[in-house]
Amino acid sequence: MVTSPSAPVVDPRLATIWSALGEVPDPEIPAISVVDLGVIGDARFEPIEAGERLVVDLMPTFVGCPATEVMRDQVGERLRTLQIADEVEVRVSFSPPWTSDRITPAGREALRGSGFAPPSGVALSFAPGDLLTMLPSAICPYCGSRNTTLENPFGPTLCRSIHHCADCRQPFEAFKPV
Amino acid sequence: MTVAPARSLGPTESAALAELLLTLADDEFILGFWDSEWTGIAPILEEDVAMSSISQDEIGHARAWYELLAQLTADDADRIAFGRAPDEYRHAALLNHARGDWAHTVARRLLYETADAVRLESLTGSSYAPVAELAAKMRREETYHLLHWNAWLRQLTAAGGEARDRLVAALALRWSDAQSIFAPLAGEGILRAGGILPEAMAALQKRWHERLGQWLSAAGLSLPGPATDPPQPSTAGRTGRTPDFAWLHSEFTLVARSEEGATW
Repeated sequence: MVTSPSAPVVDPRLATIWSALGEVPDPEIPAISVVDLGVIGDARFEPIEAGERLVVDLMPTFVGCPATEVMRDQVGERLRTLQIADEVEVRVSFSPPWTSDRITPAGREALRGSGFAPPSGVALSFAPGDLLTMLPSAICPYCGSRNTTLENPFGPTLCRSIHHCADCRQPFEAFKPV
Repeated sequence: MTVAPARSLGPTESAALAELLLTLADDEFILGFWDSEWTGIAPILEEDVAMSSISQDEIGHARAWYELLAQLTADDADRIAFGRAPDEYRHAALLNHARGDWAHTVARRLLYETADAVRLESLTGSSYAPVAELAAKMRREETYHLLHWNAWLRQLTAAGGEARDRLVAALALRWSDAQSIFAPLAGEGILRAGGILPEAMAALQKRWHERLGQWLSAAGLSLPGPATDPPQPSTAGRTGRTPDFAWLHSEFTLVARSEEGATW
């Protein structure tokens, strides 16, 4: 079970919530859950006139990610089935921004198992001179080789890049460090 | 989409912020639309994918700025994006022109993305939290755009000949209109006083000239025009509109106009 670092489990209902969210898959890569992808931020209860509202922060991987609304709906739907609060609100949040460091170790394994190289741990540099060295070779998710090349930093979705493995001759995708 | 609640603003500060948000949103929106036209016809397949992804980023950023603006003014983001007459848009004059050839597209992107990077970097220090947060998030994404356009700058200049000549000519052609990205805002004094805008547009413009100069110099080029001190704003600014833009406007409002109130 994964708990939010900013929300220590004091309310026993929060454990139920995090466990339920662990079953909600990412709409584009269903092998990884939204919790392991790190897009769920804080979960908390707020008092409202009619009782209590459960508020969960959803942190988009990219600002323009078209899957954000699908995720929001699916997360909200799953939480409503718990009947744990009078209202449920899934709030899109950029505070703090999602970064690829938020993908959990289990999430990185799930990505690798589906043929996606997990994001490298490189820190983003904003200096133009460093740009070309920003994307080090990804590790091939099929054979583990480091003998790979970046084919295109832009892939089929905003968060993915395209690579090629010179050893097993497979093209593969990686999650971009961001 | 909602963002975290922000500090409350007075009416003048709110109006000034609305003007800033509209310029940010319209810039990304219009550029995203122009360059999405390359989908399917970019010079190489890999560029097709890259340009489509980059344009999708810009439209996504525009949407986030429009939504912030809609919250501030109790309006609707789609209404702001698609429901205005051409002369109500506030994008920079640089974005008034059709995509042109590939050299023109690369030149405009180099001018715009380097300017946008300077602008976003500064806005991460905004006293208005939702602006600072969005700028910080977008800046990380835009780093990939910088990487991409820097690669094209190197490619076209290293190739020499017609490739280099066309790029140089396009940079010179758009240099004056590119200054409009940093055109002074009517409410700039108010935004500066409250720290919503951490630095004056003229200061950002000067820093952009320095940064762009470094990029171009590394590729054996120099700034396409004079970088005077203080920098001269573009005469076209953010209000002059062109027949090119009128055409684009009729394209991107087509769906919204044909079925009023439609959702998609």
